[in-house]
Amino acid sequence: LSLFPGGLDCSISFVSHVLGKVCIHGRQKEILGVVVPHLTELTKSDCIWQRICWRLVECVPDRCMEAVLLGFVQRAPGADVLSRLLGNLVVKNKKAQFVVTQKVLLLQYSHTTAVLQTLLGYLAQDSPRRALLLTVLQELLETWGSSSAVKHSPPEQQLYISKAILICLSHLKEPEIESCRQELLTSLMEGVKCHLDSSLPRLRRLGMVVAETISSTINTQGPVLKFEYEEDDETRELKSLLVQTPPLCVAPNLPEDDRSGKADAAQPVVPESHKKSQTAAPEMPEEESGAELDSDDELIPYDMSEDKELKIKAPVYIRDCIEVLTGCEDVDKWEATVKALESLVRRNPAATREVSVELAKILLHLEEKTCIEGFVELRQRAQVAVLTTDPIPVSQYLTSQFYSLNYSLRQRMDILDVLVLAAQELSCPKIHGKSKDAGAQKPRVQLLPGSDSSTDWRRIVDERIKSKTRRFNSGQCHVELASGPNQFNSVAGHFFFPLIQHFDRPLTTFDLLGEDHLVLGRLVHTLAVLMYLAVNTVAVSAMGKALLEFVWTLRFHTDSYVRQGLLCCVSSLLLSVPAQLLLTDMAEELLETQSWLGDVVEKDPDGDCRRLALQNLLLMENLKKKLEAVPS
Amino acid sequence: MALPPPDPQFVLRGTSAAVHTLHFSCAGQEPDIPVLFSGSETGLIHVWNLKTHRVDTALDGHGRKSVYCVETMGGKDRLLSQGRDQRICLWDLAEGRTSVTDSVFTEHVGFCRCSLFKVAQGRWLMAMAAKGLEEVQVLELPSKTSVCTLKPEVGAKLGMPMCLKLRQLSCGSQPLLLAGYEDGSVVLWNVTMGKALSQLVCHQEPVMSLDFDSEKAKGISGSSEKVLRIWSLNEQQNLQVYKTHELVNAGVSDITIRPDKKILATAGWDHRIRIFGWKKLKPLAVLDYHTATVHCVSFSDHRTPRERLLAAGSKDHRISVWSIYTE
Repeated sequence: LSLFPGGLDCSISFVSHVLGKVCIHGRQKEILGVVVPHLTELTKSDCIWQRICWRLVECVPDRCMEAVLLGFVQRAPGADVLSRLLGNLVVKNKKAQFVVTQKVLLLQYSHTTAVLQTLLGYLAQDSPRRALLLTVLQELLETWGSSSAVKHSPPEQQLYISKAILICLSHLKEPEIESCRQELLTSLMEGVKCHLDSSLPRLRRLGMVVAETISSTINTQGPVLKFEYEEDDETRELKSLLVQTPPLCVAPNLPEDDRSGKADAAQPVVPESHKKSQTAAPEMPEEESGAELDSDDELIPYDMSEDKELKIKAPVYIRDCIEVLTGCEDVDKWEATVKALESLVRRNPAATREVSVELAKILLHLEEKTCIEGFVELRQRAQVAVLTTDPIPVSQYLTSQFYSLNYSLRQRMDILDVLVLAAQELSCPKIHGKSKDAGAQKPRVQLLPGSDSSTDWRRIVDERIKSKTRRFNSGQCHVELASGPNQFNSVAGHFFFPLIQHFDRPLTTFDLLGEDHLVLGRLVHTLAVLMYLAVNTVAVSAMGKALLEFVWTLRFHTDSYVRQGLLCCVSSLLLSVPAQLLLTDMAEELLETQSWLGDVVEKDPDGDCRRLALQNLLLMENLKKKLEAVPS
Repeated sequence: MALPPPDPQFVLRGTSAAVHTLHFSCAGQEPDIPVLFSGSETGLIHVWNLKTHRVDTALDGHGRKSVYCVETMGGKDRLLSQGRDQRICLWDLAEGRTSVTDSVFTEHVGFCRCSLFKVAQGRWLMAMAAKGLEEVQVLELPSKTSVCTLKPEVGAKLGMPMCLKLRQLSCGSQPLLLAGYEDGSVVLWNVTMGKALSQLVCHQEPVMSLDFDSEKAKGISGSSEKVLRIWSLNEQQNLQVYKTHELVNAGVSDITIRPDKKILATAGWDHRIRIFGWKKLKPLAVLDYHTATVHCVSFSDHRTPRERLLAAGSKDHRISVWSIYTE
């Protein structure tokens, strides 16, 4: 820049070419690191320098435009600076327009939030550019609302698009909102549906936040869409994007304030005496009554020691419990029974075994009659107790019911949860009659990695993998734990095989391979856990083979939650089935699986899937090494 | 050493349904038989002969819908009953008749018992919950003309009226209405002018029942929580809390003060009847006979104190009659 000592007639295009060439060779950082701050300074107040700058960027050859533009956008400290530097470049130059409106927003997603804000702010600043802003918004919304995009694009990209949408919305002014209200509404409807359909909680939350924002933008008065979700860093960050520079702020909170203000004004004018008697209501001092003639003393009280709190007694026999739960109209007794059931079942195993299937049936269909705290957990614990007391018949019943007609999805998933919890209890060594927790424990309602516990479960598997890897390399270094017979051994097959049998047979109300992919995902995770718990059981090899086949059939499933489950199954398999058996029984299938895993590592859009596949490959490597180390 | 609580003097069986309301009529001279009226869930009103302890008559006037209030109007020949069929029936029982002479269609679908008050010979005021959600209507009987409709202010959010008592502070003064509402407040209304004089928040839960002692200008209210509240009316006609008593178990369905103002009885959801001294709310006895919620308690109006009785009707289909603190 020291080349222009004030002379305005120099040919700027030469400089542009140089700039372009340098940037395209990847040296954006260095050169723009110098150029941009200088230009920022110079263009602050000097119009001529601004024009020079615009001319500079306009003359950059097309093939280098992207590199230069991206460099500028990344370097510019804010939207106003960018607009000073670039002027109306995006309107004048087709390539620049393409880069800004399409490439950066829709095809790439690695840029930071600040870059997005700068870029979109730049578009919003000047009126010829605002039209572009609207186009951009429409395209973003189209992508956001497309169900295939939601299903197949990585979560990071979806987050990026959501951020872009929110920033755009925050820049919109009233008349613009008016003009595109209809499109906003349509895309809102479509988008919400696809997002809520997804099995991943992160995507659902993203969808909810964006939907709420759109709804509050188009409906500044009147009811707005409000979802219930847990706030986390991501949602908070997204929401903070909405707070823009004051003039552009769409303040959805205002109407609500108005409404509460009106309510205050409408409060009825309370009569004076009313207020007086309602405020301080002090108790009249005792001394006054002492002065009266106390004829109460003549009345001698009776013995009232029997007057205690009324406690409803729960039944003491299992069969009584069954009676109460099936027919009793007395809600107090019903409540007491529900609360006492689990401990009763555990203390009377022989009595429970006589009526186990009946109890299981009742519990599966038990609905909340009164409002008890923790009803779901109480019911689940009772179910687990019944299942562990009499595993074989009850597991037969439950697994058959899983595939029967006329159950709700919630009930089917409850069956899976109960099976997992019971399997875990059975496979743990019992110390002094109490069962130990095996590793990371969450509230027992959901052991399966459903919505939020996926990370927990992965952590368990990871730890196990790590512990296994160590053992391969450094020999025996485990701690002696108290041991007892593994009760899961005899029943593992009963839990596992019926579940895996009918997954491809659709019923009228339940189609695992079709719409009910959420339940399929849970089923796959359940099978993974059961496989994991079946380590050292007799049936483990047969289970492994069946599981591999199952995984093979479903390996291309579109739902990423299902795929994560399948990969967990493979992990469990590799960890539970002894290496020799893997080699003898499943060698070919394992090779095929290995090539599939390689594919997943490279091509799967979901980050978690890729990580799990990589872990599996590592496990397989370790197994191979171990087998080679052992002389055959 | 305190004595164990007494047993009931006798128990009346035979209603075959939960008993919701009781009313004695024993003030007549010999050879008038003292009777007890009871209203049951199957819609029958049983007239119990207190000498033979048997049902003399059964009145069926509410179409099998539960009867939740019975009152006599000057003697046992004129009866008023209120049922869940939204009607209040007036009966003529003289000389063995059992006919409904008149009825009022209240359009009230709740459980609020009406309250009767004698203004003059043959003329009564009756307060009842009306069709509107928070309204109380006062009618004059037997003409059935409306005296006033008592509506709380807009936005007061009192909820349904749960219990009513028409009282007069002193002879000849204006009748006042005490109403307990769903939100736990008790409101004092001036019936002639039709406006509220005072409101007191007594409970967090609906007021289930209340009673008032005009002589001492003190009243008591019970609700579905564990607390009994006593409040008083001062010279400016304002309600103030006087005392609070905490019960062992929650839920009071009925409270009544004995006509001689010495004791009061509460009917509890915990199957027990509690007796307190009225002066200082001193707990006197806990009568534990029933095996289900006690719905109502009532004191008799015998002329001789010695013969006075207390009756309690419960969900377990029985009416227990007690003789307690009769000296």
